[in-house]
Amino acid sequence: MTFKTVLLGATAAMGLATGAMAQDDKTKVGFIYVGPIGDLGWSYQHDQGRLAVEEEYGDKVETVYVESVPEGPDAERVLTQMALQGADLIFTTSFGFMEPTMNVAAKFPDVKFEHATGYQRADNVSTYSARFYEGRAVQGLIAGEMTESNIIGYIGSYPIPEVIRGINAAYIQAKKVNPEVEFRVVWAYTWFDPAKEAEAAKALIDAGADVILQHTDSTAPQAAAQEAGDVITFGQASDMLDYAPEPRVSSIIDNWNQYYVDRVGAVLDGSWESTDTWGGIDSGMVEIGEITEAVPAEVKEAALALKDAIAAGETHPFTGPINKQDGSEWLAEGEVADDETLLGMNFYVEGIEGDIPQ
Amino acid sequence: MIRLDRRPEPSRAWTIATPFVAVALTMVAGGLMFALLGKDPVEAIRTIFWDPLFGDFASYSRPQLLVKAGPLILIAIGLSLGFRAGIWNIGAEGQYILGAICAAATGLAIYPAETWIVFPAMIVAGALGGLLWAMIPALLKVRFGTNEVLVSLMLVYVAEALLASMSLGLLRNPEGMGFPGSRNLAQYPSAANLDLIPGTGLHWGVALAFAAVIVGQVVMTRHQLGFRVRLAGQSPRAAVFGGVNPGWLVVVCMGISGGLAGLAGMFEVAGPAGRLSIDFNVGYGFTAIIVAFLGRLNPIGILLAGLLMALTYIGGELAQLQMNLPLAAIQMFQGMLLFFLLAVDLLTNFSIRFGRRVAA
Repeated sequence: MTFKTVLLGATAAMGLATGAMAQDDKTKVGFIYVGPIGDLGWSYQHDQGRLAVEEEYGDKVETVYVESVPEGPDAERVLTQMALQGADLIFTTSFGFMEPTMNVAAKFPDVKFEHATGYQRADNVSTYSARFYEGRAVQGLIAGEMTESNIIGYIGSYPIPEVIRGINAAYIQAKKVNPEVEFRVVWAYTWFDPAKEAEAAKALIDAGADVILQHTDSTAPQAAAQEAGDVITFGQASDMLDYAPEPRVSSIIDNWNQYYVDRVGAVLDGSWESTDTWGGIDSGMVEIGEITEAVPAEVKEAALALKDAIAAGETHPFTGPINKQDGSEWLAEGEVADDETLLGMNFYVEGIEGDIPQ
Repeated sequence: MIRLDRRPEPSRAWTIATPFVAVALTMVAGGLMFALLGKDPVEAIRTIFWDPLFGDFASYSRPQLLVKAGPLILIAIGLSLGFRAGIWNIGAEGQYILGAICAAATGLAIYPAETWIVFPAMIVAGALGGLLWAMIPALLKVRFGTNEVLVSLMLVYVAEALLASMSLGLLRNPEGMGFPGSRNLAQYPSAANLDLIPGTGLHWGVALAFAAVIVGQVVMTRHQLGFRVRLAGQSPRAAVFGGVNPGWLVVVCMGISGGLAGLAGMFEVAGPAGRLSIDFNVGYGFTAIIVAFLGRLNPIGILLAGLLMALTYIGGELAQLQMNLPLAAIQMFQGMLLFFLLAVDLLTNFSIRFGRRVAA
């Protein structure tokens, strides 16, 4: 190994910057995950992307990963270790890794970083995310049609724009097909905690919800719904097919494979640049998992039609008239939300009850 | 036939030897597990125990050991005092959170004024926050005889809810684009808890942790408080006859452990973490309980145990990175350490005899 010589004699501070230049014939790609790769949700899907990279490039790349990294100083340490060990490209796959990513990227200008779902970029830091809200709209339609109690439960993770956007998108579609519908939102303050997620699901079911949407990564809410019976759910981040055909009637699948393969390819051929990607259903980043036979044929057809229309750009989940929760106008008739507002969304649309925690 | 005979007194030799024997057994059993996972056991053990200290990038990971061990040691020293007296503060995690909240609130209240008073004020606020949070279970126990284990543990969840509320509301960064979390205190020079000597990881909290080890050692061996603590732990009735007020002891022990946990939170939020966020706490308060016992409730032992614990964390990350070992295997390995420690601990109080009991 040549790392050794690089750092030899270097002071700690200077060593940090030079370690990254360690030469290795393989391109090293690192991933850090906020949950375990066995979560069968968010982190699992990112790890599928890592495997796709290995499959595509074989011996030309080496991938490394660290799972269940807390968002904070621990993440910064793990990222620094990865960079020191000669990673050329590092994917940091959770919003809370934003600050550690920026800090470490500043110390290692020659290492390239890709941060998921954040908004800060630098010459060596790209951001990428998916328009999950497009999938949420499809879920909202199915949820609004399927509910009999007219109460839809929603397990939120953290009250950040990405999550609020999903709640709004689902609500708007559900309300369209079922004016009686009500949303109940529970904040779990975690991305992955099966016990907390199951508790949230049970509380919502006890409150009369017969449809559960989740923005957390484990299958615990699916299991809780199965146990309760007569409650439907949607797979989150991953297909969660184990719970099909019921309670899981469909899902939003995050497919990072192509993006990861492309970005690693860009590093290999030297064309990598700092970019900002926000892919939707059309790009393949957001997929709608199979809609099961528990859903009536006409509902399924309507859901697929909505999906196709969104993919073709014929319709946008946030098309006016839409008012904010306080009744003030947000989008006029026919007006479509701009990305900037969506990226910073911190309000509920009219009709959703309750407050966003603050 | 194997028999266990209770020793008349705990064996001094075994008290010192147990941690080393436990570490050795962990290496053997852990190595076996790594081998079963298809990894080279020698390389895995070397990656965990050797590389963070003397590996290629040790100049980075050695300071990180201090950063990780500092709060563990600080909290564990406080806890050990109570544990030796039979007072079980399980809620250090909550006191740690409250210390961080109070310190961050104090710093942010003065922001952006640059004055020397900010940092000392945050230290006082952090210590008070932790201390007062610990007073809840302490006073409830003294006044109403409630169980401090239950109350202090439950208050952790209250503290977590308070932390979420603070990160989303009162202390949220007004320039944070609507995302949860406070301003970054590490970027506010008057409040920042930076390395005393750059690149060493030695921030004020680590320095205080070392000081706490020394003071803890002196108190336990030389001071009247240490005597009372030991007496109460060994024989509560004798302690009462000896003039120790049990209520007073509960308040003092809980107060000290709460205050130190609060300080640990303060130094973490002002330094390595920088900001208060919903998941600011990562379990230092609970891990410190393990550290306290791993260190035999002895200040020097706790110092070593804290460093060892930090080593398994950082070495564990390296093992994941370099050898693709799953996190679960690393956690199993850490669990083995505690398991063997408790198992070998038996030898401190019992001796093993082989052969039949001879009729007396």
